[in-house]
Amino acid sequence: MVPVSYYFALSAILFALGALGVLVRRNAIVVFMSVELMLNAANLLFVAFARSYAALNGQIYVFFVIAVAAAEVAIGLALIVAIFRTKQSIDIDEISSLKG
Amino acid sequence: MTIDLLLFFGLAAVAVGAAIAMLLSRNAVYSALFLILNFATVAVFFLLLGAPFIAMAQVTVYAGAIMVLFLFVIMLLGAEQVLGRHKGGWQRPLAILLALALMVETGYLIFWRSDLVSVIQAAASDYATPQAIGESLFRDYLLPFEVTSVLLLVAMVGVIVLTKEERKKAG
Repeated sequence: MVPVSYYFALSAILFALGALGVLVRRNAIVVFMSVELMLNAANLLFVAFARSYAALNGQIYVFFVIAVAAAEVAIGLALIVAIFRTKQSIDIDEISSLKG
Repeated sequence: MTIDLLLFFGLAAVAVGAAIAMLLSRNAVYSALFLILNFATVAVFFLLLGAPFIAMAQVTVYAGAIMVLFLFVIMLLGAEQVLGRHKGGWQRPLAILLALALMVETGYLIFWRSDLVSVIQAAASDYATPQAIGESLFRDYLLPFEVTSVLLLVAMVGVIVLTKEERKKAG
């Protein structure tokens, strides 16, 4: 059995990579995919903790996170499509109309 | 080194490599495909951690439905690449620095203050079978489960409203 702390380390690395993607990429869809990577890293942590304590609750939470992520992706992609219709671009540097 | 550790490190290398390749790909379609690879390896991790139901949900919902939606939108918009000059050159090194700081902080919490994670309890033989998950879901978590269905309905209606073409005013 692999020590559960290895899974925590892997989850931390994946979460940091997702955060890096949100910060450096300019394509809005890739930024969005990086958010999914972070959600996935958190899911891995939930399941590892559930295994560590031999409890089911962590896995139930992951189930709900997956369901909410599906809703979030649908809404987010619809917003990106709507933004693309008005600005003809999904470069997040261009989307600065709210800047003061 | 046992088989388990070899399997873990091999899969971890694939997962981290796929995540890095996703970040570095210029083409958004390649990014999406690398993310699917990452999700598949994480599903295998779920299997190793004794969560078969979550692993299958991960493959069907995440790697299947969600990523198909991503690929569909990328190809619909023709937004494989963002062209043009990158403004704000100081942001990128700062972002890399901040992400490294985040990784080091979480690593510190895990490896040097790991009193909370050192316990691993033996799981029962029927731990996390789909049957056990279903019983827990429909007994202890029935209300959140139903709220989730309402949330998905709201999301569906919202998407239809957001992507509907503006109707021209008649008259």
